[in-house]
Amino acid sequence: MSIIEVTQATFENEVLKSDVPVLADFNAGWCGPCRAMKPMLEELAQTNPGYKIVSIDIDSEDELAEDYDVSSIPCLVVFKGGEEVNRSVGLIAKDAIAELVEG
Amino acid sequence: MPDTYDIIVVGAGPAGMTAAIYARRAGRTVLVLEALSYGGQILNTPDIENYPVEAHISGFDFSTKVYEQAKGLGAEFKFEKVTGLHREDGGYAVATVKNSYRAKAVILATGSENRKLGLEDEARLTGKGVSYCATCDGNFYRNKVVAVVGGGNTALEDALYLSDLAKQVYLIHRRDSFRGDDTNAARLKARENVEIVYNANVTRLISEKRLKAIEVTDKLDGSVRTIELNGLFVAVGRVPENQNFAHLVDLDDAGYVVAGEDCHTREPGVFVAGDNRTKALRQLVTATADGAMAATEAVKYLNSL
Repeated sequence: MSIIEVTQATFENEVLKSDVPVLADFNAGWCGPCRAMKPMLEELAQTNPGYKIVSIDIDSEDELAEDYDVSSIPCLVVFKGGEEVNRSVGLIAKDAIAELVEG
Repeated sequence: MPDTYDIIVVGAGPAGMTAAIYARRAGRTVLVLEALSYGGQILNTPDIENYPVEAHISGFDFSTKVYEQAKGLGAEFKFEKVTGLHREDGGYAVATVKNSYRAKAVILATGSENRKLGLEDEARLTGKGVSYCATCDGNFYRNKVVAVVGGGNTALEDALYLSDLAKQVYLIHRRDSFRGDDTNAARLKARENVEIVYNANVTRLISEKRLKAIEVTDKLDGSVRTIELNGLFVAVGRVPENQNFAHLVDLDDAGYVVAGEDCHTREPGVFVAGDNRTKALRQLVTATADGAMAATEAVKYLNSL
């Protein structure tokens, strides 16, 4: 699976109503650490079909960022059954990302 | 993967990756070990304007180019945090969270990280009102109230940057004057939405779910003032992380590896490059210069074995 771009319009279906856990990557194109983390997320998306990885651009989706109280990026939020269960702020290693969602 | 590398570089920032380039061009096998991602601190810089050749380049694009250059020359990269360094069989064993690798020489290019204020709840509030990167997170504070704590160039630049976005900016500085750039200090004083609070320390973070105020204590008379705000940007300098190597190399009081321009440490086969070395100027160009020097000296060392 590849990373799915999510907007306000698709957030509910893709994230809140997902039947698998979702790792939401709040990011922006001008954010270096976000871009550095992207290849790690892409690798995880390719190798881990057990959960879904979505990307949310905080510039175009500022309402989503505000709804979820995101004020530092990169910010990774894990959703299970429509609820936030875990969160991490800042650049982290690939293993730490996997741990965040796999618990 | 060779049984023993000629050189292991610890840290894939500009210094470490430049060292890898020079070592490969000298025909040596090189493994670069990095805890997070290639690039290091420069990833946080949206626009580099002072590195020769390109007038503008983002820290991410710069790092990616250097990474591809080093990889193209045959440097190996592994993303594993280094946890230890020991002498072994005339060379060195470098332990990571996953494995142990061997090398004849080691270059320490571990950079530095943001210094924390050391206040209660600081970690919990990071990303919830507390930030260490104004250029990364400033956009979240459009028309809001923020404070910057610090008195160096970074603090002044952050306050200037934020004053274009935020409604009100407080700059909390523990001294009565700035050691940073005079031009920036003058510019800042001219901004109408900036208030500079001198001789003061942030002594408490007041929060519910998010940060909502800070307590600021005047160093001279001990008076306490509460400032309500949405965001606090911490710019009180950086700290190196060299404790894992302290048994082999000398550290100064601030924790930097003691070494001159030749990047030699007390330990003959261990060299140091970049921001974690004792030096007068910590810039991208001095980091890459260190990488070249450390690799060249390491190769000389290898030739002498």
